[in-house]
Parts: sequence; structure tokens; C-alpha cells
Amino acid sequence: MSETRGDASTAFEPKIVAFFCNWCTYTAADLAGISRMQYAPNVRAIRLMCSGRVDPQFVLAAFREGADGVLIGGCHPGDCHYQEGNYNARRRFELLRLMLRDLGIEDERIRLEWISASEGDRVQKVCNEMTEQVRALGPLRLETAPKVDGEGAARTPEPSAEALVGQVTS
Amino acid sequence: MSKPKVAFYWCASCGGCEEAVVDLNEVVLDVVEAVDIVFWPVAMDFKVSDVAALQDGELAAVFINGAIRTSEQVEMVELLRRKAGAVVAFGACAWLGGIPGLANLYPRESLLEFVYRGSPSTTDGDGVRPLEEFTTPEGTVRLPHFDEDVRTLDQVIDVDYYLPGCPPPPGLIASAVMALVEGRLPEKGSVLAPDVALCSECPRADSKPEDLKIERFYRPYEIVADQETCLLAQGLVCLGPATRAGCGAVCVNGNMPCTGCMGPTGRVVDHGAKAASAIASLIASHDEDEIAALAGQIVDPVGTFYRYSLPASLLHRKVGTGDGNGQDAAEPAASTSGGAS
Repeated sequence: MSETRGDASTAFEPKIVAFFCNWCTYTAADLAGISRMQYAPNVRAIRLMCSGRVDPQFVLAAFREGADGVLIGGCHPGDCHYQEGNYNARRRFELLRLMLRDLGIEDERIRLEWISASEGDRVQKVCNEMTEQVRALGPLRLETAPKVDGEGAARTPEPSAEALVGQVTS
Repeated sequence: MSKPKVAFYWCASCGGCEEAVVDLNEVVLDVVEAVDIVFWPVAMDFKVSDVAALQDGELAAVFINGAIRTSEQVEMVELLRRKAGAVVAFGACAWLGGIPGLANLYPRESLLEFVYRGSPSTTDGDGVRPLEEFTTPEGTVRLPHFDEDVRTLDQVIDVDYYLPGCPPPPGLIASAVMALVEGRLPEKGSVLAPDVALCSECPRADSKPEDLKIERFYRPYEIVADQETCLLAQGLVCLGPATRAGCGAVCVNGNMPCTGCMGPTGRVVDHGAKAASAIASLIASHDEDEIAALAGQIVDPVGTFYRYSLPASLLHRKVGTGDGNGQDAAEPAASTSGGAS
């Protein structure tokens, strides 16, 4: 990959958006905090009720809005509060990963992990690993606005990640 | 003689949308009865100067099909925008980028290289590429600029309505034209088709199992699909659950799965991601490796799920495929400050 804009290579801090399920991984992240475990501040955790709620659109919206990596955390197989949610997360994740590969986003930029409520240390380990992994890759070089090099007005493209916001909170 | 004036125009498209207008059959007579068509390059001999001579806003409506890739297309749609009261993005390409939009998976340079040198059917060995400007003793000739990527119509000009489909179904065209003519204007930004998924009007909906699971994905040529049963239940990747209704399920009636040309329903931002989500959750396995293997059976997932919508998607194009020829640095500024023109 080529050099990034503004020669950020010396001080690149990756932004990682993490979607954690309420019942397991988010609770584990709380546990990590209560236990005073230090982990990379690059991870921004978003609590969802279930990893099965992670619409692939959310992952793309995160990348579009500036994330360099996306981490999804859910309950271990068989432990989902809603029986099947984490399996659906896995199914969507596998197909999304194949699509992202074809769209030029490396496998290392997304990760799905099963972390139970008692595994605070695992949150610490995974967040740190993910941060270093993405740091090594460098920033995601995404051109969000349609490229225009000829005549004509450059308008903002239609899809808006903001349109998803209401859907997450509703 | 005060019939409303309308125009039709095409950009990066195949001509199928024009066929769709002709496909109105005798209904086209009602349309012609109700409106004056003042510009329609594919069918009528009017010139650009005729359009330029119109007053701003004089056209009641203009129907523009095709995606935007060249400077000529930009120039024409900006002209038509000025002259028209309502701009209708006609068909999947104008609304979402369509099949031509899949070119956003490749850098412009590699497309030109393949077309003018690399393709097996190209025999010309001296590497001649079309120039945008060429001077001969007789004078200078010019060709339009070929843009870096494919854009949707509303990424170039303001669009009032969208008519989905590849091409739009005749019934939807006729009712859209008539609604505009009679001044029954829907809310700006409306997609002129029902806002429900195709499954709701699918003749095979009753055969869709309550708990649909797919144990193996097939491509249409790999099986002889039963003519009555839900195609998803037969392992075919049918995008009906994630695609807008309004086409009358013509593909399914032809025993072929829906490929998503009617675009997403109103609450969806990114059609490809949503369609992939809908299909992936049908995978009949709880095992990680098996799930990965089943997902891998879907050949060309981007081409399957973003077949008509890559330029309108959240990512817009493949990451990192810009030419990087020095224009990159100037572009962010140009695209943020260049707003409206």
C-alpha cells in the first residue's frame, strides 16, 4: 500500500470501532475496567444487545466514517442470550469478510471474537492485538466522496451513515 | 398546444431503458397524447441546441437513464437539470450506478489498458489510445473526458424522483409519467415503486419454508430449478427478501432468481450489505469452518450483492484503486469546497 495522506506514518493511531454484545463481551469489557486492566485506548466500544444485531451496514459505515478496523464481540457458541444471535453474527461475518476482501479491505481489519462476561483479560488481549495488527497495516485509505477529475460539480454521495443512526438507537 | 414538455436522455447505459419506454406498447400513445417529447436522442432528431434554447424549467420532466462516467454526460445532465422542473433517475444505473458501476472495482488506468491493449480480441500493437484532443491540418477534434469512477445521477445533479429496475417495468413507467403530467407529485426523493420486499408479491411465497435454511448454494446452471418452489429453498441466491417489489417477479416467473435490480427498500442504506446479510443468515450451520465454506460457495459476492449498486454503496468503490497520479492530493479539497455549481 502506498504512503498515506499527510505523512501520518510516524504518529498513526488506529481507530478501532468495537461492537460488543450486552450480555457477554460488553460485560467483560466492564470487568476489565473494574479490574484496572489497561488496554489500548484506540478501541471505541459500542454496546448492542446482541452480536446478531451487527448489520454489515454498520461495519461499512464505521469504515466510511474513519475506522481503520472493526471488532465484533459476542457470546461463545451455545451461550447466546437469544439462542441464535451469535451464530447469525458468524454467518454474516464470514460472507462480509469475503466481500470486503474483494472491495480492497484486508481481513486483518475485521475480527469476530467470542468473549464471555468473565473474560475481562481476553478483552484486554484482543483489543491490544487488534490495535497492533491494524497499526501495522496503516490507515485505511478510503475515498469516501466520489472521485471527480473532470468537469462538473462534486456532490456528496447519497448513502449516509447517519441514516443508520436512528436505526441503531430505535 | 400547451401540453407539458418532457425529455429522455441516456448516459452510461445499455439502451434497455429506452427499450422499456418503447415497450409501453399502446400505452405509449396515451403518453404521447398527454405530453410533447422535445428531446430523445435514441428515437428523435432534436439537437442539444434545441434543449439549450428552452427556457430554464420549461421541461415538465426529464427522464435520465444510465450512470455518469464522462464529462459529456455531466455537461448534458447539468443542462437538462436547468431546463427541467423534475428530474427522474430512470432505471438502476441512474439511481444506484447499475452494472456499469461495477467498473468501480478497477482503477481507470487498468480499464483503459485492458480495452485498448490487453483484451484477447485487441490486435492493435502500437498502443494507440484515444486522446481527448487531437489536432489535424483540418482542425482540432475533441473527445469527452473519461472520469476516474462511475457515479450515480444524484452524485452529479439534484434528482427529484427515482424509477427503479433494469429496466423499469412498463407499468411503473406509465404511472410515473401520468402522475407527473397530472401534477400528482409525490414527495421529493421518492422511489416510484412499492416500498416492500419482492417476496411479498412473489408467486412462490407460499412455498417459502417457515424456517428457511440453505445447506448448499447453487448457481442457476448447476441445477434444474423446480418451477413452483421458492428459489432460496432450492439453494439459489435469490435477492427477493432484500429487494424492492414492483417488477411483478418477472425473473422468478422465468425460473431465475432475483438479482436485485429494483434496488433496496426505503430503510436500507447499502443494498449489497443488506442483501448479503439476508442471505448469510440462511446458512444452515453452526460450525465456524462449515459456515465459512458455505459462504465461499457464493461466487463473486460483490458482483452478486452489489450487482446494481456499487457506486451508491457506503464504500462507493474498491478501496485504494484510485490512479494515484498526483490528482489525488488536490481532490479532497475540490470535492469538499466544490459543492454546488
